[in-house]
Amino acid sequence: MSLSLEFPKGPITKIKGTCLCLEGNDIDTDRIIPARFLKCVSFKSLGDQVFADDRKEKNGLHPFDIKANQEASILLVEKNFGCGSSREHAPQALMRWGIRAIIGYSFAEIFHGNCISIGIPCLTLEEYNLTCLQQITKEKAGKNCSINMRKREIVYEESKFIFSIDKGAEAMFKSGNWDATSTLISQLEKIKDIKAKIPYINNFES
Amino acid sequence: MSSGTLYDKVWDLHRIADLPGGSTQLFVGLHLIHEVTSPQAFSAITEKNLEVFCPERTIATVDHIVPTESQARPFLDPLAETMLSTLEKNCKKYGIKLFEIGSGNQGIVHVIAPESGLTQPGMTIACGDSHTSTHGAFGAIAFGIGTSQVRDVLASQSLAMKKLKVRRIWVNGQLEKGVFAKDLILHIIRQLGVKGGVGYAYEFAGPAIEKMSMEERMTICNMAIEGGARSGYINPDKTTFEYLRNKPYLPKGKAWELAVKWWETLSSDPDAKFDDEVQFDANNVAPTITWGINPGQAISIDELIPKKESLGENDRQTAEEAYLYMKLQPGEPIKGLAVDVCFIGSCTNGRLSDLKAAAKIAENRHVAKGIKAFVVPGSEKVARDAEAEGIDKLFMNAGFEWRKPGCSMCLAMNPDRLEGNQISASSSNRNFKGRQGSSKGRTLLMSPAMVAAAAISGSVVDVRELIAKNNTSQK
Ligand code: SF4
Repeated sequence: MSLSLEFPKGPITKIKGTCLCLEGNDIDTDRIIPARFLKCVSFKSLGDQVFADDRKEKNGLHPFDIKANQEASILLVEKNFGCGSSREHAPQALMRWGIRAIIGYSFAEIFHGNCISIGIPCLTLEEYNLTCLQQITKEKAGKNCSINMRKREIVYEESKFIFSIDKGAEAMFKSGNWDATSTLISQLEKIKDIKAKIPYINNFES
Repeated sequence: MSSGTLYDKVWDLHRIADLPGGSTQLFVGLHLIHEVTSPQAFSAITEKNLEVFCPERTIATVDHIVPTESQARPFLDPLAETMLSTLEKNCKKYGIKLFEIGSGNQGIVHVIAPESGLTQPGMTIACGDSHTSTHGAFGAIAFGIGTSQVRDVLASQSLAMKKLKVRRIWVNGQLEKGVFAKDLILHIIRQLGVKGGVGYAYEFAGPAIEKMSMEERMTICNMAIEGGARSGYINPDKTTFEYLRNKPYLPKGKAWELAVKWWETLSSDPDAKFDDEVQFDANNVAPTITWGINPGQAISIDELIPKKESLGENDRQTAEEAYLYMKLQPGEPIKGLAVDVCFIGSCTNGRLSDLKAAAKIAENRHVAKGIKAFVVPGSEKVARDAEAEGIDKLFMNAGFEWRKPGCSMCLAMNPDRLEGNQISASSSNRNFKGRQGSSKGRTLLMSPAMVAAAAISGSVVDVRELIAKNNTSQK
């Protein structure tokens, strides 16, 4: 895993790195990080444990174990990636392993939100383009791929793909405010106003 | 875009601001936390020197890691002990109420909030747990969030959220005897697919839903997330209000009257617009059971494990993975499949009515030889109520173990887990690879009554046959 990479900070405009292909639909967060590794009070050690059971089963042949993939920072997935449990441990584990962007056909909602809040863009491609990208990745393992967030473009050797991204996520990555806390707490007065109008907080008096 | 739905009304009430990129800053009316997804959120609050903005609107419980045999402190598992003591410290430091073990109100987060009346119609409810959709049964907008969002709610009592589309799932008819809410929701997920709900909130409505008790409704909404829908909800009605009356966290007297009056205005309007509508007929639902590695891979008890050719193209790859992992052959019946472990519990089916339905099957019978069967009540209150009715004794006489409340083998973060490639009949909600604690362990999801029937028979059976026998012996 590419430990040298820093965690994302500020605006995310370009991501460059090698790709890693993970095939299969409906890969759930229990598989990304099995529950026994959730027994922790910090996310620090999760990088080693990503896909622990799948990797054990594949005995060194899992994409996350294959030597050529060790420096990869862009993960290619298929449909409904990250379904199931809401555990943020899943994207945290991927990030700590070295993943900085995920490209796929579709993502489960909570997982997608979790990725945004830690600075991992989830990009979607049409099925045909995704298959092409997977193909190129297999053929040109180790070559750099670059993602241009402004142009919504993935450039991989001679090939170019236009991706889609959730508009909200795009705006957040552009501005660097993908970590929502500061935006949210800038509204504390307004939050108090809303709170004062909510019936169940105010004895149901309107 | 939907309009006039409960979802729209509750959303509008809680809207604080529109954020760039189309999301909304939404006020969170009730925030529930537990030991697994909160510690890193509290660390972030401390590191960033933030305050908890509305500590009175957050309630904590401990459920995922609690052992269900001895709950004496410190726990035997030092990691579990660290997690609980971290939660205790955080709650104390920030003035958050914790439903402690032994207090009489501890239990699975999605069981304790409804049973204490914390969960109410018209609320926005967030929790670092995907099954938060459960609370939608009361006509709340409830959704799971990640740890960074738990931090956001702690810091601001609000969240940046994208509004979902609304799909109405209208269910006609009525479930027959021996067919439960669990069967219906497995049936629905099977039909709409595990990703069918992505981008949607599911409104469950129609005669079959209206007839359901609150506990059945919770089972339905609980599993909305297994169909990909982050939220599921049911319009509140008399059943909802009767359930809530006299619950500890609800007002009495005039405020109660006002509450009911307000709740009555929340339901989706007769001319509400939905982004999508689908219909089901409850009369067509049979006991349903999963055979694969996601909750959509389900069949009714009399069906055969589907052949690849009979599935849509998208499902074939996962089916192959499932045959291999589950060690099942396409074309084989599911009925008669031997099981090793039987688990009754979880936030899907660990409430009193679930335990009662299972107890009816277990009564005057005995767990088959070699089967490990155990019952884990969803909360201390469920346990207390069940014990008051003698249900614990009934289970124990039938050879089941009666445990202390918690999540237990639903996700196996405590000592309850499958070993090797054991196969379990489970009333929980996820049959993912490795979910029940062994990387080769296999899970068959079904209703609690079906789990009890499997425990008695030692293999998968149609619970309706045992119910028929009950009826003839009573005559
Ligand atoms: S019972 Fe299972 S699904 Fe429910 S909260 Fe606990 S671990 Fe999650």
